[in-house]
Amino acid sequence: MNLVENFPALVVIVPLISAVLIPPAGRISKAFAWYIAVTASALSFAISGFLLNSVLKTGRISYWFGNWEPPWGIEYAVDYLNGFVLVVVSFIAFVVSVYAKKSVEDEIPENKITFFYSAYMLLVTGLLGIIITADIFNLYVFIEISSLSGYTLIASGRRKAALVASYNYLILGTVAATFILLGIGHLYMVTGTLNMADLAERLPQLYHSKVVLTAFAFFTVGLSLKLALFPLHIWMPNAYTYAPSAVSAILAATGTKVGAYALLRIMFTVFKLDFDIHVVPFTKIMLVLSSVAIIMGSVLAVAQTNIKRMLAYSSVGQIGYIVLGASLAGETAMAGSLLHILNHALMKGTLFLAVGAMVYRTGIEDISELRGMGRKMPLTMAAFTIGAFSMIGVPLTVGFVSKWYIALGALETGMWYFVPVILISSLLTAVYFWRIIENIYFKSAEHAGQVFEAPAGMLVPTLLMAGLCIFFGTAASLPVSVAQKAAKMLLAGVM
Amino acid sequence: MDTVYSALPVYVISVSLIAVVLVGISGRNPNVREFWTIAASLIKFSLVASMLPMVLDGKVIEYTLLTVFPGLDIKFRVDALGIFFATTASFLWILTSFYSIGYVRALKEHAQTRYFMCFAVAMSATMGVAFSANLLTMFIFYEILTLCTFPLVAHKETPEAIKGGRTYLTYLLGTSLAFLLFAVVLTYSTAHRLDFSAQGILEGKGSDVLITVIFILFMAGITKAAMMPLHSWLPAAMVAPTPVSALLHAVAVVKTGVFVVVKVVLHVFGIKLLSELGLGTALAYYASFTIITASVIALKQDNLKLRLAYSTVSQLSYVILGVALLTPSGITGSIMHILLHAFGKITLFFVAGAIYVATHKTNVSELDGIGRQMPFTMAAFTAGALSMIGIPPFGGFLSKWYLAMGTVEANQLPLLVVIAASTILNACYFLPIVYRAFFKGSEVKRISEAPAFMVVPLVLTAVGTLILFFMPSLFLDLSKMVVASITGGV
Amino acid sequence: MIELILGKYNYWIYITLMMIGFYAMISKNNLIKKIIGMNIFQTAVFLFYISIGKVSGGTAPIVWDGAVRYENPLPHVLILTAIVVSVSTTAVAFALIIRINRAYGTIEEDRILEINRQGTGE
Repeated sequence: MNLVENFPALVVIVPLISAVLIPPAGRISKAFAWYIAVTASALSFAISGFLLNSVLKTGRISYWFGNWEPPWGIEYAVDYLNGFVLVVVSFIAFVVSVYAKKSVEDEIPENKITFFYSAYMLLVTGLLGIIITADIFNLYVFIEISSLSGYTLIASGRRKAALVASYNYLILGTVAATFILLGIGHLYMVTGTLNMADLAERLPQLYHSKVVLTAFAFFTVGLSLKLALFPLHIWMPNAYTYAPSAVSAILAATGTKVGAYALLRIMFTVFKLDFDIHVVPFTKIMLVLSSVAIIMGSVLAVAQTNIKRMLAYSSVGQIGYIVLGASLAGETAMAGSLLHILNHALMKGTLFLAVGAMVYRTGIEDISELRGMGRKMPLTMAAFTIGAFSMIGVPLTVGFVSKWYIALGALETGMWYFVPVILISSLLTAVYFWRIIENIYFKSAEHAGQVFEAPAGMLVPTLLMAGLCIFFGTAASLPVSVAQKAAKMLLAGVM
Repeated sequence: MDTVYSALPVYVISVSLIAVVLVGISGRNPNVREFWTIAASLIKFSLVASMLPMVLDGKVIEYTLLTVFPGLDIKFRVDALGIFFATTASFLWILTSFYSIGYVRALKEHAQTRYFMCFAVAMSATMGVAFSANLLTMFIFYEILTLCTFPLVAHKETPEAIKGGRTYLTYLLGTSLAFLLFAVVLTYSTAHRLDFSAQGILEGKGSDVLITVIFILFMAGITKAAMMPLHSWLPAAMVAPTPVSALLHAVAVVKTGVFVVVKVVLHVFGIKLLSELGLGTALAYYASFTIITASVIALKQDNLKLRLAYSTVSQLSYVILGVALLTPSGITGSIMHILLHAFGKITLFFVAGAIYVATHKTNVSELDGIGRQMPFTMAAFTAGALSMIGIPPFGGFLSKWYLAMGTVEANQLPLLVVIAASTILNACYFLPIVYRAFFKGSEVKRISEAPAFMVVPLVLTAVGTLILFFMPSLFLDLSKMVVASITGGV
Repeated sequence: MIELILGKYNYWIYITLMMIGFYAMISKNNLIKKIIGMNIFQTAVFLFYISIGKVSGGTAPIVWDGAVRYENPLPHVLILTAIVVSVSTTAVAFALIIRINRAYGTIEEDRILEINRQGTGE
């Protein structure tokens, strides 16, 4: 068998095997654990890039596990949409794994470091699996893989509150996953299939069945919980605040994005837009929810004093953007929403990495204590500032591009009243980030302790992400073209 | 019209960006650092000047820097209006650079490196606005200008300065994100393009209501033009060091605001569309409200800089009034006023700074007899004040003349009355200062001027107001070209 | 009506069990009891899955001569996976509870929240 043909499986299997290899390798030498994690995530990224490239050239790739033909066997499929998300997630996973070394040495007890990387790679496995699978039950399994590893990773935070945060996430995460499982069960009851494409084909005849409606409700609630759509976000702020920096970074940058991807997949590929037109106007419901999320997330972020918690609430608002863009159900807005998956991953990743570097050097998490940081850690803070500007949506940063597309899409679909929602939240974003920028640059520290720049292992990934925030903000043609193709495909309901 | 493709506008913008780096590196050595500032300002001006002949020849210089995504370019286009503004701003930057050096050294200001760096970025942004070929490019540089001037406004880092800076930022960033960006997005979704065109791009593209809404959003979003009631950021920004107030809040920032208004009125909406909808007249009357109200408020200010600030608020609305008349003379007057007010007001601010450096006085009521103590400075002040009032042979007369002509052409005599009334008000708040300075107070102890670095530039700008009265041809030609391009068709 | 209640009794059972579990997860103060609730919640879903595999008149899905219809084995297989997941989740949850107990000296949620509020959880 040809290696290249097996790439869709390898994207998931490489990190999975590495997760198994890391504990024994770590027994031989602690250093191995990190090397294996970095290598495996780099490989995943390379494979994802290759897959996206071949999708762009030749169209959808379908991979049959064990050569069982779908819908009987498990199918992995890569199209414009998940090829794009795969690249984003595996890239972030790679960058964060590089970054993790120093941060983990600092935050995790030495004898646990090996297991940390093992859990990290399991998380990556789960996330990539959710994206690539075309089998709806397989989706559930991967959701649970990523969640379980997520719980352990969050619990490895330094403070004891991390344990409680993880426990609460576990309870809510299980509710969410069980709801998704129920949704799958109900769909299986009436269709007898688990393959997404097959489901999409069979469902339209059954749209008016109450069972299908029930399944849809379970999916919506379950996935909304996973992606922390307001008001189902309550698990998130504590989890992000108390988790180790590297974990906050990967969860914030990719975890919720993958949830958003799953939501889009279920809503637009499995159920299709016709379901919205003929049965439940779910896009309308999501429009309202996401607008509330955008505003409330920003308002709550303004009220925070802990910088990580502030970033978490800001994520609540940003997830709202992704859902809003998708629910507008127009090509431009949908493209904006997909772009925001990439863009928010980049900017939130930058911010969490920068904050992590700062915590590593100073231990400061309180916004009021950030005075004069701009002088002490100029490069880290420059990266933070770029990330912050991007969140505000300043032109020439990535945040602008996706907001532009979503706003334009809102106008195109005639729903202009969502543009003020976007603008108001941009203003609020400016407010809560400006407090920090003001502190780090325009207020001098009371006692100018000598704090130096973060170590290169943390600084380089942070700067790289910040650089990409600018790069994809100034030369967005490539992601835009991919996102537009994916948006067209999603709205047409084909796979 | 011929189009020349050249990267010159990019060079003009990047000159000061390179200077930022150089200034930043040589922060430890003030003399080298200041050398870079001066060098950059001279190079920038000569680059701008090198484009002048081409533009006067009727050519347009274009350059596409990059494509953000299909349909949105970062693109530059040097036309008569742009080069007019760029010449004004880059010339005054040279003088302000010298003046700044004198100012910060005399007062031993802290964070001088940051100060000069931000100044250079601000000049890049101003050039960017002047040369932008579409609304997106303009918006970007408009925002950069806001962000890079915040450190200058909050320079003192006192709670008061931070508070002023916050007001500044809240108004400028807030409205531009909330209204201006909304307007840009609406424009794009209506016209499916964002580039400026001599005839406007919105004509026939949307319903009257939609066009009106976009127009109102633009006017509310361009807060840098300081139209009431969104003017309070300008007085708040007066906590900044005086050279900042001089260049940025008499020239670069506020003129960027009115320049954008002019651009939007002429090149996005087009005079035909606006006069059909009657929006021009509405804007003109709205602007005259600001002219009168701000002048009255200026009368009551004792702090010299605040009085100048309110005067600026009032004078900016002249520019808006002129362009809103939508007649050839009105537009000419409006464009000329960008230049002439810049020379007049920068002189006045320079003087305020010089007085502060020499005597640490900030209030009008403390200025008795200062004219005898600082004769050159106060002579310059008198020239600037007379120019502001519009008395020949000072430049300010020219723009007022054209503005008055414009009101007649537009058949709006009430607006002529507004101009007349405001001229009287101008006299009322400037002449008492001159009177106090020369005719009140005790006899002089001795002449004690501010450092030469400061006095020379302010005398030069004062002389400039005189020269511009007698030799306005270059700038008049440019403004006539603008008028010709929008009325004659391209 | 009778048909709705009796004819679909498997759904009623799973929904009732699920709600009992859900109630416990939300309202119980003791962290262990929450997990017990969670297990009931998940088990309800297992029962649901198993019951939908039932084909009336079907026999065990093993090929033999007299068979007319087979039960659907797939839901059973699926739910094996879900049971494994459930066991792992429970294990992780208990591990967390043990560490919470060590760190806070209690597994009562209100006490833990109080300690966190006092700032010692930081």
